[in-house]
Amino acid sequence: MSQFASLTEATPDAAFVLIEAYKADLSPLKVDLSPGFYRGEDARPWILPSVQKAKQALLKDPTADHEHLPILGHAGLLDSAQKLVFDATSEDASTIASIQTIAGTGANHLGALFLAKASRPQTVWISDPSWINHTEIWQLVDNEIERRIYPYFDKQSFTIDVEGTISTLQSKAREGDVVVLHGCAHNPTGLDFSKDQWKAIANVCEEKRLIPFFDLAYQGFATGDLAEDAWSIRYFFRNTSLEMLVAQSFSKNFGLYGERVGALHVVCRTEGTRSKILNVLKRLSRAEITTPPINGAKIVAKVLGDKDLKQQWQNDLLHMSDRMSSMRERLVDALRKRQTPGSWDHILTDIGMFSMTGLQPDQIRALKEEYHVYLLPSGRVSMTGLTENNVEYVAEAVHKVVLAAKPQ
Amino acid sequence: MSQLAATSFPADLVPQAPEDPLFGLMAAYRADPFEKKIDLGIGAYRDDNAKPWVLPVVKKADAILRDDPTVNHEYLPIAGLPAFTSAAAKLILGANSAAISDKRVHSIQTISGTGAVHLGALFLSKFYPGKPTVYFSNPTWANHNQIFSNVHLPIATYPYFSKATKGLDFTGMKRAISDAPNHSIILLHACAHNPTGVDPTQEQWKELAILLREKSHFPFFDCAYQGFASGDLAKDAWAVRYFVEQGFELCIAQSFAKNFGLYGERAGCFHFVTSAGAEAQKTISRIGSQLAILQRSEISNPPAYGARIASLILNDEALFKEWEANLRTMSGRIIDMRKALRSKLEELGTPGTWNHITDQIGMFSFTGLSEKQVLELRDVAHVYMTKNGRISMAGLNTGNVEYFAKAVDRYVQVTILQLEVYMRGLFSRYHPEADLCSSSSTVLQKLLLTYLILRELANPNSFLVSLEKRRNFNK
Repeated sequence: MSQFASLTEATPDAAFVLIEAYKADLSPLKVDLSPGFYRGEDARPWILPSVQKAKQALLKDPTADHEHLPILGHAGLLDSAQKLVFDATSEDASTIASIQTIAGTGANHLGALFLAKASRPQTVWISDPSWINHTEIWQLVDNEIERRIYPYFDKQSFTIDVEGTISTLQSKAREGDVVVLHGCAHNPTGLDFSKDQWKAIANVCEEKRLIPFFDLAYQGFATGDLAEDAWSIRYFFRNTSLEMLVAQSFSKNFGLYGERVGALHVVCRTEGTRSKILNVLKRLSRAEITTPPINGAKIVAKVLGDKDLKQQWQNDLLHMSDRMSSMRERLVDALRKRQTPGSWDHILTDIGMFSMTGLQPDQIRALKEEYHVYLLPSGRVSMTGLTENNVEYVAEAVHKVVLAAKPQ
Repeated sequence: MSQLAATSFPADLVPQAPEDPLFGLMAAYRADPFEKKIDLGIGAYRDDNAKPWVLPVVKKADAILRDDPTVNHEYLPIAGLPAFTSAAAKLILGANSAAISDKRVHSIQTISGTGAVHLGALFLSKFYPGKPTVYFSNPTWANHNQIFSNVHLPIATYPYFSKATKGLDFTGMKRAISDAPNHSIILLHACAHNPTGVDPTQEQWKELAILLREKSHFPFFDCAYQGFASGDLAKDAWAVRYFVEQGFELCIAQSFAKNFGLYGERAGCFHFVTSAGAEAQKTISRIGSQLAILQRSEISNPPAYGARIASLILNDEALFKEWEANLRTMSGRIIDMRKALRSKLEELGTPGTWNHITDQIGMFSFTGLSEKQVLELRDVAHVYMTKNGRISMAGLNTGNVEYFAKAVDRYVQVTILQLEVYMRGLFSRYHPEADLCSSSSTVLQKLLLTYLILRELANPNSFLVSLEKRRNFNK
């Protein structure tokens, strides 16, 4: 008799379920606009040329082996990662506690674990909507920490309700609360705060003594400009005295998804805190993974540490973000051409991979079942799945489901 | 910039934590300039030149993957690379395992062995009925304690190592497992116990199975050395397979760090096996779905590279054979070092019995030295081992085994000499006129001396305090 006889079946993750369904779909017309990974113009995975070159260079290293990294991770990677996010000098480095993690998920998880232990926040504030996993991560780490949402996406106008964000945090957040912020290319909306809006958010955080926890999964991928994409974080770092965290992923901007390369940075503002924080991070990480995986870390460190490879990488980033931009243009053109009802202009100004379409559940289902076009149940569309070959078909499919919908 | 307010990370929540003992030891070793220093601390295989050894079959697999145009860096599924996890299950359970053909095994790829133990612990902390206590051996791998504590499972230990025999304290182990409340979780090392190197015999495993069944305990196997221990994959998996055959519901944390030399690539697997029955497949499906949620919320999906290498090797007949040969190379060298160390100590006539060195199995051996003695050996002989007295046989090679044997011999001899001098000093305090060397000293005086020696032997700390004082005086 199993000890687990009364265990319930868990609802599987929606995004992964769609990936499986898409794989099983035999239609030659199928288009996958659900997942958050880049695809080239041929709708296939793209290994960045800078990554390819780095791998070849690493092959030439006769001392290469598979030994453990230190608990904190690859030193070269962490050093470069700090510079990349914060534009950190060596002086800055003494105020940042950094540890290599299992990509962005691992960084979010370890950061939450750290905060649950080290600062014991009462509430964690998450944007409405946000990456689905933010809620899951915090719930698993400590269910006692209240998860609350702050207004973000205005469904009617496809803009950010920044007044709502600020007034909610102003009136409801308490000292020590954690605020999860997207560094750039907000997932799923594609809408980012303007610089002035970021300044206002920073003011609220300082006033209320909140702990900003930035999720940075698209640096360089969003606009093609590394500094621009990290502007918000750098502003908070240089212009506030806030202790803050950054979960940094190299999955998208290096195309190293499955290698799980990431880092968690904790910005300490008090003398002597850094080494203590590093020790806590080490102990937490040791008890879950011991050490982080080397393969992907070596590649990223190689690229970031080599002038030519880094330049190639920046070209690769431009290539990806340009393709996203041009697909946005093509999609909006195709919808305008058909005069499809709805507001589509925001798709041109949204940043990164994603946009919200505002499509309703029954329309999304129809798109999948009748046209084999896959979107997330939330109506999020990923530009990465669009190509010259399928953008007209997708526009046509969207047009049809919108027209077929019952009038409001 | 405004004046700094108090930190969100106060000292009572973020205290100065002690350095991780194992990685701290590595740092101390690296900093030591002594030429003949020996690193017997870290649990990674080293070849006869004290260098890391990339398995030839792993090099081959790496080259194959490099030339494969279909290999990319895309996400693996949440549960990992299917070809890897299914091969991993066959490896530990046996290709013909009824549990596999009954489809009552769920396998999920993890961040090496640590990740597997952690995921298993996390799962049990959330879904095991009641508030179970996890029992592990005293001693066990240093990390077990932290892994289970961090997921808020109460922990306890069962006796394991007998200092007297340097073997298994089977009676103590059975008693504690029997005294534990029913439905406890019992952590067992599948083979090559870390840190002692002492494994139960097959007969003892059978007895344990009977006991665990009587108590309705849940076995949690930690398997980090399959193939690495004896060189024989089936032999090293015997205990796990036996328990599965006996119909237990159990779980297995499986590491590929040592037996594939893939340490830093973090290749591992967690297997959950449920007992046979009408509901088995449904149960295992539900368990799998919950494990996926936990995995998704911590790492999303596991790292691809190490799993691809291992999968390639496990699923290819020729590469698999080559891997078995590489395993025999590693385990063979370890066994040779055990034999060499034992024979050298016996050659030198070092007081004590040394058969435990070849009776124990796997990478590690428990010397039985106390922490103070370990630190002394480090200072005096520049031999590095973990504070619990564990040595890694992989750190021994034909170039240093003699030095090590001599260092141990020297240390033991000196210790006994010092002890004798100390005892004489102590004795003469009570009987200043007595001359212990004289044949006229009474039997009573000699018996008293013997008693004092035995008493001190039973209390090494008090002796060594004195030894240190003596040392400092001599400096």
